Order: sequence, then structure tokens, then C-alpha cells
Amino acid sequence: MGAYIAKRLLAAIPVIFGLSIIVFVIMAMIPGDPALAILGSFATPENVEKLNRDLGLDKPMVQQYFIWLGNMFHGDFGRSYTLNRPVIDEVLERFSATLILAGPALLLCSIFGLLAGIVSAVRQYGWADKVITFIVLIGISTPSFWLGLLLILVFAVKIKLFPPSGMWAIYGGGDLPDLLAHLTLPALTLAVVATGVIARLTRTSMLEVLRQDYIRTARAKGISERRVIYKHAFKAALVSVVPVIGIQAGFVLGGAVYIETVFQWPGIGSMLVKAISTRDILLVQGGVLVVATAYVLFNLIVDVVQTILDPRLR
Amino acid sequence: MKTLLTAALAAASLLFASPSFSQTPPNVLIVGQIAEPKSLDPAADTAVNDFRILVNLYDGLVRYKDGTLEVEPSLATSWTISDDGKVYTFKLREGVTFHDGTPFNAEAVKFNFDRMLKEDHPYHDTGPFPLAFFFSTVSEVKVIDDMTVEFDLSAPYAPFLSNLAYPTGLLISPEAVKEYGKDVGRHPSGTGAFKFVEWASNEKVVVEKNPDYWDGAPPLEAVVYRPITDANTRVAEMLAGGLDVMVEVPPDNLAQFRDDASFKVYEQAGPHLWFLILNTKDGPFANKEIRQAANYAINKQALVENVLQGTADVAAGPTPPAFAWAHDDSLEPYPYDPEKAKAMLKEAGYDGSEVTFYVTDGGSGMLNPTAMGTAIQADLEAVGMKVKIETYEWNTFLGKVNPGLEGKADMAEMAWMTNDPDTLPFLALRSEAFPDKGGFNSGYYSNPKVDELLEKARQSTDQAERAKLYKEMQQIVHDDAPWVFVANWKQNAVTSAAVENFKLQPSFFLMLQKVSKP
Repeated sequence: MGAYIAKRLLAAIPVIFGLSIIVFVIMAMIPGDPALAILGSFATPENVEKLNRDLGLDKPMVQQYFIWLGNMFHGDFGRSYTLNRPVIDEVLERFSATLILAGPALLLCSIFGLLAGIVSAVRQYGWADKVITFIVLIGISTPSFWLGLLLILVFAVKIKLFPPSGMWAIYGGGDLPDLLAHLTLPALTLAVVATGVIARLTRTSMLEVLRQDYIRTARAKGISERRVIYKHAFKAALVSVVPVIGIQAGFVLGGAVYIETVFQWPGIGSMLVKAISTRDILLVQGGVLVVATAYVLFNLIVDVVQTILDPRLR
Repeated sequence: MKTLLTAALAAASLLFASPSFSQTPPNVLIVGQIAEPKSLDPAADTAVNDFRILVNLYDGLVRYKDGTLEVEPSLATSWTISDDGKVYTFKLREGVTFHDGTPFNAEAVKFNFDRMLKEDHPYHDTGPFPLAFFFSTVSEVKVIDDMTVEFDLSAPYAPFLSNLAYPTGLLISPEAVKEYGKDVGRHPSGTGAFKFVEWASNEKVVVEKNPDYWDGAPPLEAVVYRPITDANTRVAEMLAGGLDVMVEVPPDNLAQFRDDASFKVYEQAGPHLWFLILNTKDGPFANKEIRQAANYAINKQALVENVLQGTADVAAGPTPPAFAWAHDDSLEPYPYDPEKAKAMLKEAGYDGSEVTFYVTDGGSGMLNPTAMGTAIQADLEAVGMKVKIETYEWNTFLGKVNPGLEGKADMAEMAWMTNDPDTLPFLALRSEAFPDKGGFNSGYYSNPKVDELLEKARQSTDQAERAKLYKEMQQIVHDDAPWVFVANWKQNAVTSAAVENFKLQPSFFLMLQKVSKP
């Protein structure tokens, strides 16, 4: 297993390296430049040229890339020109905020998704199945930013139960209850769509397993229904559900962009959007690098978990 | 699942709901900003959003008089200008110290400007300083004595004083720059009514009362600036009581706040102009009559009332009325008269050729550019002008418009916010300001008389004389119609009813020195 993980990690290096080149090329190809973004209406050719020189952006793209790469190997990710601070500080701060949001969201959608899927499958075509399928469909089809605004309106503006935005209280707070109060609405919003996807997949997968011969045998042997479902059927169904949870993890990270904007959550998604629109290339590079690494790690974890669950894959 | 969700929600709310998020102590003002500041170093900032913080932390040599765009003494108590308009001598205010305890004096003033302007200054590398060109005519800053400083200009430059009142002219403690270097933008030290306390990235900037402020300590104990980029979320925070002040309220929500007694709505016209650049070099708009026809054809009243929902006034000419002393009040906007426009087009021999119209999707001061573009297209088509819209993202848009419209487009949306009546016409209406000469005259308007008036106005140090020259310029430009003059934006803000003495300034700076929240 150790050798397998090491091999996978090594294989990730060219992926991330290639990605950094692609991002750099795309950033170089889109029109407009950082000096233009900073100067706005004052962007005379003369001012743009001077600012680009001050920012070190007057060198050829290829040279800029290798300067960036060289610095990165020394652990220097550069300095963001729109935020006037080291890229690494900003990226790590933002990424941990995203993890704080995405982690619980992933946990929520896994728990609710699996539960709903099992209940749905066991009570196939029963009223519970119909209700769950209905709710799940609504969940999947609801745009998350809209749901977020709706939740803010109901639970923050009308019933003042949760704060509308941000990660910490402006006055007081700073402790765990404060964080959880701020986390509840965005994490719920983020979880809703993924819950639906996981529920539907668990249902299909469970139905398939429940029709297998060995389940019939288990039931014939008189094993309790609960044990049949959770011990025999669910464990087998999980093998095909786990990769989906892995994909949903990626989805949750990606979907966080909207949620972070709506809830003013200081995560990496909203940072990237702003960095791209202001052509802050170093910040984009740093952010993409961290997100890509996270994706690779997620996929690896999913594969490892799957191998553990399914002996045939070993 | 639904019951589970409800149960989880209920449990979470019971466990975690703390009252801390809706209650703030008296005389602590929470301000909802539109974005995270880039820096709190006045020499490095370019955005109005950042200026809202800066003007409360720092002072300049001069400042805008309350409610106007005229300069008055601040850290300079008086000044003299040489007859040739090239030497400005300032007497400095005695007994002022920076928040870090170091004294404010002539050396500090010199340090600030040398740092920005001289590439060989030891702290020039703490930049870049994108707006340093505001002071590009300054050739030398001299310390005459501890409390007297002299600015030598390479040429007479009338907007110099108003540029000093602009945030780029705010003064930072030299010791802070020396101590923090490039990071001084996160450790600001000025002389202003509020002292910097804390900057939690992407969360808040906190400043507190400066009890020793030379112009009287402010009533507020502290101000907290919160960046909330999404306008809907900003509104929700305001409604939920998480903010005391919110700027840039979406037009859609203004009525809601107006109807609610727990809020107060403020509006203030500013030095802003929203206009269409017309390509006077090639295509139909090379003909003055067709340009005037476009001014008649576009229903500006409908644009400001319906598209901008009353958040702007109809513009009459190139100079916004907020520059009260320089604005020609006799100038009337082109009336909406489609019949006249049709007749003029016919008279001018317009051949019905299609015009290309550059539209953007956002950008500073552009208000609602996509909807504006479509409405303008409809108005022009109603008088028989076929309009093809090309929409570009703001940065791309600037990259297309600033180098000039020749051979590419016939008209383009644009908006400017300036601090002196000189700036916009000087940079965008002179023959010497064509794009290939480094200016913003993207439509190639050229009138020798306008050039002469603007040159003269820039060299004069007498405000009355400048006013006369600007007014004459406005009459000519209004008639030549190199632009379609559309709107002057009114800045807005909402405060909770508890906030007192709040006021918006025509400069669009958010001065909080007199505000209280008992």
C-alpha cells in the first residue's frame, strides 16, 4: 500500500506542473493586464508601462514563468499585486477557510445522502421513497447561490437565528460557537446539492445489491433485516458510492465559489475569482496550485478507501 | 430527510446562536464596504473603496471643505503661490504628531513626496505608486525650516492643490515606512482622527478614536470596516442589523430602506460623468450634425429614471455640477427629441450604415453598463440608426477603448470620476491627448479653441479666471458634441437610524470625523 501511495504521489507531480503551465498560458492569453486593472481610467500607455516595469511584468512571458518556477522551488510564491501581501499567506489563509466550510459540508452530504439513499432503496416505491426522491430532486435542481440567499433571508434577516455573512463575529466571538453559528447556513447550502447526488446514487447501488443472490441467502438464513441491510448490502453498495463521494468532494470545493461569494466566506474560491478578474497572475498560480494538490490528494484518498473496502481491487 | 434537516437546524441554533452577531456597542460604527482594501498606504491606493478608510486615518496638507470640492487648510495652515504659479510654499500646523508618536514636520512632507516621485529614493521600492503622476509636475520639495515646506513645479499646474487634497496626497509617518517597508500598507500610521488597530484579512479593518486629534477628537470610539463583495449579502447584513453604514446600495433596494423608519438613506451627486465616446475621426460620427442627432435621440431622462432607478441625474455637458465653481449652470442637457434627431440625420445625409458600439459588463463608475447599452441601442434604432453592440469584460474593454476607436468602433461607453474640473477634459478632450500621445481622447475630438482654453485654465492660479475658462470650454464642447453626455451618478449610503451627523461628500470620500452613534 505504501509503495502504491508513493507511486501515485509521484505521478501527481507532472500533473500539477503541467497545470501551472496551462494556467500561466491562459492568463497570458486573456486580454487586459494587471496595470490596466490597477490604473483603471488612468491607464495611459505611459503609466501602464511604468507600472508594469515596477511590477516586473515587462519581461517576456516565458522568462516570467521560469522566474516564478525558480522562486517557487525556494518556497517563494511571490507577492500579490492586488493585495500587496505574500501570495502564500493569502492562499493558505483562504484555503483553510474553504476547508472549514467544505469539510462539514462534505460530512453533512455524506451522512444525509447515504441515509436517504438507503431508506429510499429499502422502501422502494413506498411513500418514504417518493418523498425522499421528490426532495432530492428539488435539492439537485436548486441553484446553490439562490438557496443561499433564501436561507439568509429567512434565517438571518427574518428570524435572526444565524448571522447573514462572514466567518467570525465582528464584535466578541472568535470561539467555536461563533464559528459554528457562521458556518451553519453556508455549509448547509453547500451540502444540499451534493446530498441529492449521493442519495440517488446510493439508492441505485443499494437496489442493485439487494437483488443479489447472497442477500436472498442471508435473509433465508434468518439474519435480521437490519443486519442484512447494513452489514451485507450497504457495505457492498458503498464500493460504488465512495468514488462518487470523492467526486462530490471536488464538487463541494468548486461549488464553494458561489457560496463563498454569497456568504462572504473568506475562502479560496472567491479569492480566485477576484484574482482572475484583476489579472493577479501570481495569486491565481498559487491558488490553483493549492486547489489542484488538494484534488489529487482527495482522489488518492478515495482510491485508497475503495481498495480497503473492496478486496477484489487489492 | 426534511425532518432531519429541521432537527439539525433547530439543534444547531439552540447550541450555537449567540447574540454577538447582531449587537455592537454604542459609538462603534460598522461600515459595509464593497471589497477588501488593497493597502492602507495612501501612496499605493487607487480605489474609492480604500479611500473611504484612508481619509479617516490620514490628513493631507489640504482637504476638501465640507460639502464642496474646494480646498481648505488641513496640515498646512496657509500657503502662498508665486506669481508664475510654479512655487507653492506651505506653513505647517504646529504640534501635530503621527499615531506612532513621531512629529509631523517639513522633513516628513518631503519624505512622502520624494518616496513617491524619486526613483533613487531609498524607500521608492515600497511602491509601486500608480497615481504618482498626479504630482508629476513637482520637480523638487524643499524643507525651508522645520514648519515650512516648498514645492517647485516644472510648469504652472492649477489642479495641484486639489490633487494634494486627493488621497494620494495624504501623509504617512516616515518612521512607519522605514520600519515596515513594503508592508507599511498593513501597518498604517497617519495623523488622522482615527488610529489603526487591526486588519484581519478578508474580515475587517478596525480603527479607533485618536483622542489627541488636532481638529477635535471624534465622537466615535471605533470604526470597523467589513468587506462584503456581494451586494445582496450587503443588503441582508444591513437588514439583519450587522451593519451601521452601507455604501453603494443597489438601486433595487433603495426604496425598501426608504420605507423603513429604522434606516436613513443618503444621496449625494459627485464629480462623476457617464458618457458615450463618439469616434469623430471615421464613420458617421465624424459629422458634427450626426453627433448632435445622437444626443437628441437618446432619452437620458428614461435612462436615469428606469435603468439607473433615480441613482443619477441627467448630465448636461463634460463638467459635472459637483464642481460647483467651475460648472456652467446655464448649460441645458440636449432634450429628448427623436423627431429632430431623425430630421438632422436626414439633413446630414446619414446613409444608414451600421455603427459599432463598445459596451462593457462592469467596471468602476460604469453603473449598469449592459442595460444602459441596450437602452441606448433601442433609442438610436428608433431614429433609424442601426447599432451593433460588442460587449467586453472591463479590462478587455479598456484595452480596446483606450488605444482609440479608429477603424474598430463608432462609439463606446465610458465613465470618469475626478477630483478637479481640469482632469477629465485635459486628459480626454484635447488634441494633445490623442491615444498615440498618451491621453484618453479615444474619439479624436479636436478643437483648437478648446485646447487653448484648457491650457490657459491649467496655468492660471486664480479660481475665478479658471471658472470662466472652463465655462467657455463647456459651451463649445456641448455644441461640438464629441460625446453623448448621459448621467452624473449620485453616490448613496444607508445608515441605521441610530447613526447621527452622517454626511456624504461630493468627493465620494466617507468622512467619519463628526459621526456618532449614541
